Amino acid sequence: MDLLNGLVAFLNFVFIPAVAYGSQLALGALGVTLIYGILRFSNFAHGDTMAFGTAMTILVTWALQSAGISFGPLPTALIALPLGIAATALLVLGTDRAVYRFYRDAKAAPVILVVASMGVMFVMNGLVRFIIGVEEIQFTDGERFIINARAFKEWSGLEEGLALRTTQLLTVVVAAIAVALLFWFLNRTRTGKSMRAFSDNEDLALLSGINPDRVVAVTWIIVAALATTAGVLYGLDKSFKAFTYYQLLLPIFAAAVVGGLGNPLGAIAGGFVIAFSEVMVTYAWKQVVAYAAPGDWMPSGLLQLMSTEYKFAVSFAILIIVLLFKPTGLFKGQSV
Amino acid sequence: MKNLLLAASAVALTAGAATAQDAGAAPKIGIILGFTGPLESITPTMAQSAEIAIAEVNEAGGVNGQQATSERADSTCIDAAAATAAAEGLVSSGINAIMGADCSGVTNAVLTNVAVPNGIGMISPSATSPGLSTAEDNGLFFRTAPSDARQGQIMADILTERGVTNVALTYTNNDYGKGLADSFQAAFQEKGGTVAIVAPHEDGKADYSAEVAALAASGADMLVVAGYTDQGGRGIIQNALDTGAFDTFYLPDGMVGQDIVTALGSGLDSSYGDLPGTDSPGAAKWIEIAQAAGFDGTSSFAPESYDAAALILLSMAAAKSTNSADWTTKVLDLANAPGEQIFPGELGKALDLIAQGQDIDYEGASAVELIGAGESAGNYRELEFKDGQIETVKYR
Repeated sequence: MDLLNGLVAFLNFVFIPAVAYGSQLALGALGVTLIYGILRFSNFAHGDTMAFGTAMTILVTWALQSAGISFGPLPTALIALPLGIAATALLVLGTDRAVYRFYRDAKAAPVILVVASMGVMFVMNGLVRFIIGVEEIQFTDGERFIINARAFKEWSGLEEGLALRTTQLLTVVVAAIAVALLFWFLNRTRTGKSMRAFSDNEDLALLSGINPDRVVAVTWIIVAALATTAGVLYGLDKSFKAFTYYQLLLPIFAAAVVGGLGNPLGAIAGGFVIAFSEVMVTYAWKQVVAYAAPGDWMPSGLLQLMSTEYKFAVSFAILIIVLLFKPTGLFKGQSV
Repeated sequence: MKNLLLAASAVALTAGAATAQDAGAAPKIGIILGFTGPLESITPTMAQSAEIAIAEVNEAGGVNGQQATSERADSTCIDAAAATAAAEGLVSSGINAIMGADCSGVTNAVLTNVAVPNGIGMISPSATSPGLSTAEDNGLFFRTAPSDARQGQIMADILTERGVTNVALTYTNNDYGKGLADSFQAAFQEKGGTVAIVAPHEDGKADYSAEVAALAASGADMLVVAGYTDQGGRGIIQNALDTGAFDTFYLPDGMVGQDIVTALGSGLDSSYGDLPGTDSPGAAKWIEIAQAAGFDGTSSFAPESYDAAALILLSMAAAKSTNSADWTTKVLDLANAPGEQIFPGELGKALDLIAQGQDIDYEGASAVELIGAGESAGNYRELEFKDGQIETVKYR
C-alpha cells in the first residue's frame, strides 16, 4: 500500500506534468528543427508564431462560443484550430515572401537570416499584442478533469491523490497524432521525400527537378500547423499570455538542440529530456522515499537535489554538456 | 584643463544654487510616479489623489498665504536612471518637496541621487521595501506606506492565530517577493512555526510543475504565495489546486484581486489573506471625496497618496517655511498623537489649528501613524475568499 502511495505521488507530481510539458516542447521543437533542416536557419520568431496562431484560434473560439457551438466534453478551441492554422500559415507565408525570400535569393549566410528572424519576432510580438492584448486569457472549456485528485483519493482509499486533466491527455494524444502524420508525410509522400532531399543536399535536389519554392511553401505551412497546435495545446493546459509564449522560445530551442537540430526524432526526444530534467532534478523526493522505505522511517531532509530556481540552469547545463560531447545532439542532427 | 575647471565650478555653482532653498518660496510639490511601466494602471489615481489634497489646501487659503502648485513626472517604476533624470528635471523647475516615488527601487534611486544631494524632502505613498527603513536619508525621507517587514509580521500573526504551524512558502523572485518572504519567514519561525520549504518562482514562465511538485513534497499543511495575481503566483495556485497538492492558500497583498478570486472561484474557499486597509472613519470619508471627484478611492495606494501630499503641505504650514530642511522636521509631530485628529476633507481646519499654534494628529485616509525612521505603522485587513467574494474578517 505504501509503495502504491509513493507511485501515485510520483505519477501525479512528476510523470504526468512532465509528459504533458514534454509533448508541448516537442511540438514546438519539431517546428524549429524543420526550419533549421530545410531552410537552414534558427527561427527566433517561432515562439511568437505560436502566440499568433493561438491568438487567432482564441478569436475563432470566442466566435464559436458566442454562436453557441461547443465540442461536448472537449475544448471548443479544437474546432477552431484549423482556422487558426490557416491564418498562421498565411502570416508565415507572407513573412517568407516579404523577408526571408530576399535573403535566400541573395544566398545570405545563415546568421543573417537568424538576425532577420529576430526582427520578425519583434514585429509579431507587437502584432499579437495589438490583436489580443497583453492580459492572461483562459480559453479552455468542457470537462476539466478526467481523474480528479479528491475523487481518486476517495475511490482508491490511498493517501495521495492523482489528477489527470483533460488538456494533459489531449496534449499527449494530439502530439502523438501530429508526430505520426508528420513522419508519414516526410517518409511516404512525394512532397515529403522532396523536402528531405532538399534538406540533405540542396544542389542535388535542384538538379533532379525539385521545385524549391514549393518545398519552402510546404515547409512553412507544416511549421504553421505545428506551431499553432503546440501553442493552442499549451494555452489550453495552462493559459495564454503573449509574454509567456515569447519566453517559451528558450526551452524549445534547448529541446531542439539537445535532440539534434534538423532531426525530427531528436526534437521529440529533446522535448522530453528537457521537461523531465526540469521537474525531476528539482523535485523533493522526501515523500516518495518515505513511502518506499520500510517501516515508519522518514528522511529528515527534503531530498531535493537543487532548489527550483535552478531549473533553467538544469536544462542549459544539459544543453552545454550535449554540445561539448556530442555537438550534433543526441540523435544525429546537423552540427551547430 | 582650464575648461574642465570652469565646467566643474559651474556645476558646483548650480548645485549650490539648488541647495540654498528660499524659506519663503511658493510651495511646489513634484509628483513623481510611474505613469508608464508596470504600475501605469494605478498611478493616475494616485496622482489625482495627491492633487485633491493640494486643491483642498489652496481652497482653504494655501500655505503661509501662498497657493501650492504641483508638477507630474514619470518614474517608470523600473528604470532608476529615467527616474533620476525625471526628478532632476523637477528640481530644476523649483520644487521644494517630492510626493513619490512609487516602486521601491526607483524610490531609492531618487532618494540617493536627487533628494539627498539637493536637500529635498520626500514622502513616498507606496514604496514598501524593508531596505528603505535603513537608507541614508539625512532625515528627508518618509513614507505613508508600511514596510513589508510589517506585513510579514501580520501574516505570521494571522496564521498562528488560526492554528497553522507548518507552511510551504513560494515567492516571486524579485525585491518585493524576496523581502516579504524573508520577513514572513523570520516572524513565523519566531512564533514557533515551521517553514517546510521555500521555493522561489519566476514570473511569466512556461511551466510551474517543478515548483508545485517540490512544494507539495514538503508535506506542509498550506501554501503561502508571495507573488502577483496575474503572474506566476496564479499559475502556482492553479497547478496546486489541479494536482490536489494544497487546498488552503495564504495570499498577501500582491496576490489579492477580484480577477483571481473570480477565476479560481470555489478553489479559494478555505483560503485567506491580507491587504492594506483600515476601518478608521478617515477611510470612509476619503471614499466619499474620491467618489465626488469621479474615481474609486479604494484603488491601490490612493489614500496613501492623498495623505503624503497633505502631510507635506501641513508640515510646511507648521514650519512656516517651504525649505525642506525646515518642514521635514515637523512631519512626525503632525502625523502622530497627541493633538486633534484630522481626517480627509478637514485640511482647512488643520491649517487653522496650526496657525493658532495648536497640536494636530493627522489621521488622514489611511490612519497615518509614523514609526521608526518615518514610515507608516501599517493597517491591514484580514480577508477570506468565500464564494468568489473578498470578505474582510478583521482589521489589524
